[in-house]
Amino acid sequence: MTRAHEHGAAAQPEGTAPDAATTVARAAAHSRRAFLFKLSLALNGAVGAVLAVPILGYVLGPALKKNASYNAWVSLGPIADFPEGETRLVDYRNPVTMASDGATGNAACWVRHIEGRKFQVFAINCAHLGCPVRWFPQSKLFLCPCHGGAYYEDGARASGPPERGLFEYQYTVAGNHLLIEAGSLPTLATEACAKKKPLIQIAPQDAAADDANPARSS
Amino acid sequence: MDNPNQRKRPALKVFEWFDSRLGLARPLTEAAQHPTPERSASWWYVFGSAATVLLVLQVMTGILLALVYTPSAGEAWSSLQFLNHDVTLGWFLRAMHGWGSDFMIAIVLIHLVQVFLFGAYKFPRELTWIIGVFLLLLTLGMAFTGQVLRFDQDAYWGLGIGASIVSRFPLIGGPLVGLMLGGPIIGGPTLARFFALHVFVIPGILLVLVGLHVWMVLRLGINEWPMPGRIVSKASYAHEYHEETAKNGIPFVPDAAWKDAVFAAAILLSVMACALLLGPIGPTGQPDPTIIQTAPKPDFAFLWIYAVLAYLPPSLETPFIFIAPIVVIGGMLLLPLVAGEGEKHWSRRPVAVLMVAVIAVTLGTFTRLGTYTPWSPIMEAWSADTIPTKYLQDRSPLEREGALVLQNKQCRNCHALGGAGGMRGPALDNIAARMTEDQMIRQVLQGGGNMPAYGNALNPAETRALVSFLMTLRGKNLQPAVDSSRQLTTGSPEPLPAEQGDAATR
Ligand code: FES
Repeated sequence: MTRAHEHGAAAQPEGTAPDAATTVARAAAHSRRAFLFKLSLALNGAVGAVLAVPILGYVLGPALKKNASYNAWVSLGPIADFPEGETRLVDYRNPVTMASDGATGNAACWVRHIEGRKFQVFAINCAHLGCPVRWFPQSKLFLCPCHGGAYYEDGARASGPPERGLFEYQYTVAGNHLLIEAGSLPTLATEACAKKKPLIQIAPQDAAADDANPARSS
Repeated sequence: MDNPNQRKRPALKVFEWFDSRLGLARPLTEAAQHPTPERSASWWYVFGSAATVLLVLQVMTGILLALVYTPSAGEAWSSLQFLNHDVTLGWFLRAMHGWGSDFMIAIVLIHLVQVFLFGAYKFPRELTWIIGVFLLLLTLGMAFTGQVLRFDQDAYWGLGIGASIVSRFPLIGGPLVGLMLGGPIIGGPTLARFFALHVFVIPGILLVLVGLHVWMVLRLGINEWPMPGRIVSKASYAHEYHEETAKNGIPFVPDAAWKDAVFAAAILLSVMACALLLGPIGPTGQPDPTIIQTAPKPDFAFLWIYAVLAYLPPSLETPFIFIAPIVVIGGMLLLPLVAGEGEKHWSRRPVAVLMVAVIAVTLGTFTRLGTYTPWSPIMEAWSADTIPTKYLQDRSPLEREGALVLQNKQCRNCHALGGAGGMRGPALDNIAARMTEDQMIRQVLQGGGNMPAYGNALNPAETRALVSFLMTLRGKNLQPAVDSSRQLTTGSPEPLPAEQGDAATR
């Protein structure tokens, strides 16, 4: 109340001239208040900085997490499902999903069974801008519907805007099952398999060793 | 004052009760009646207010849609189906919101062009223009995020394209993809992010900036009608404008505002007409990445970007994607700062007019191309489009076999015959008039240009059949292509294809 009253008085210069003592007192009080105001700003700045930590951590969380950390080995089914010399579309459920993902938690990949235990597993996402490529066994080509990128049966770039071949997943054959390491959307930054993780729990050591993907290691 | 006060009607009393507390009546009346240069009360000056009216329409229809829409990746698509088919007039609200957004982009663009051509961005309205540029970007941001909320196949793969573009960012591409998607894949958190952007973040900024934009229009006055030879200078403009409005200014309401109101009504009616006649936009197929039979396409406003991305040479793509927007947006923002004075009239600014014309034609052409995507293979053409019978009549068995090879090997996906098929490669109707047999064999087996090599996909018999069929395709009585180098060395034209061609045309 008093402060408001003082302000009101200060705003009316036509009132009676205040005597010297009050002016000095008011000026002293003013500089004290101005200092307190600056201090309160600094205090809020500090609180804001502290507050920014959890907010930024929350917002940037998905950006800071390593993509490879989402990856896990997913079974695509028994190898008997993949006739030798053929390339087939296989659906699987992404290893990391949430209840709200719905159908978007599904994923698909192209499995090419070369021979024996040799496979190639390609992402359906075009290496250009990510549209779903389709396999045409007659012309042995993957064609992209978006800008006409084309890839040969081994995933190598054939023509069109893509600058590289199809993304490939790491795979392994464990028992009679074909497994791939999947988990994040394949893009130029993530690729299909970010880093090769040794298969400890799932596959026996020797399987992991001789199934090292030939195309990747070349 | 006191006597009539006692006889006041109750409505007026209520009004005064509020206004004595709000104190808004006077400033609002003053704002509404601010003097407008007489000639500026023109049909050319109605686009800004129409854009604002459309924004209000979008906010209203958006809130109504949010009553039913479920921003969850698993349910969004079916909630749109529910809106379209089961909610009374849900389809109409969706249609209004969708067409309203198209209209809003169009009106905002027209407004921008008008302001540019009338020199209205010059001193002292530079900041009004700069904020306007942000309003355009936010409007496009609303359109893009809105297209994502229509969580269908196009939205899903559109997000994939967005993620692929972002992933090309040097060094931080990966984290940026994570930030955009909210997780490792396009899914629940992705849609939630775009929902928050579309419903809270962008509209919030948009409304604040529209407020500032309108405030500045009121504060600085509506741009006077440009006259050739009347130069804007920072020293004298304020004085001149004041003089002009004092001399022949008219109150904005009602003398000028009636045109804005009529135009806004016409626009609202047009949105309603489009909604009624053309219906809601989408959703297309379900957002299930295992359904790969799709050729995703962005909404109308972004078709030109889609076309540019298709035509850029691969090596230029990444630099272009990241540098071009900075140049374009930076140029627009700097425009009033570098050209804040001088002529306003378009007849004295040929470069400006030329720029508008070139940009409009370019955007129009790319958008047009984006509507029929000649660069995309038509994935079903090989099994859906038949070979015109005239190309099969009087052909040898080998040539007909070749026609079968042409269909079976998906050549039609990229090459048209008789006007049907892909347009990615050249039409084949008169291929034999352009290429010799040798050239065809080499092109088919080794590829080149934009064509993959078919060496591994064709056996020698198939190649022979295919080429012999292609050799019959010479259009209307065109001469077969001849290898002139062979003519020089042997002294006679290549005999075989010429004879075959004759046999075929007989
Ligand atoms: S996304 Fe496949 S060619 Fe562009």
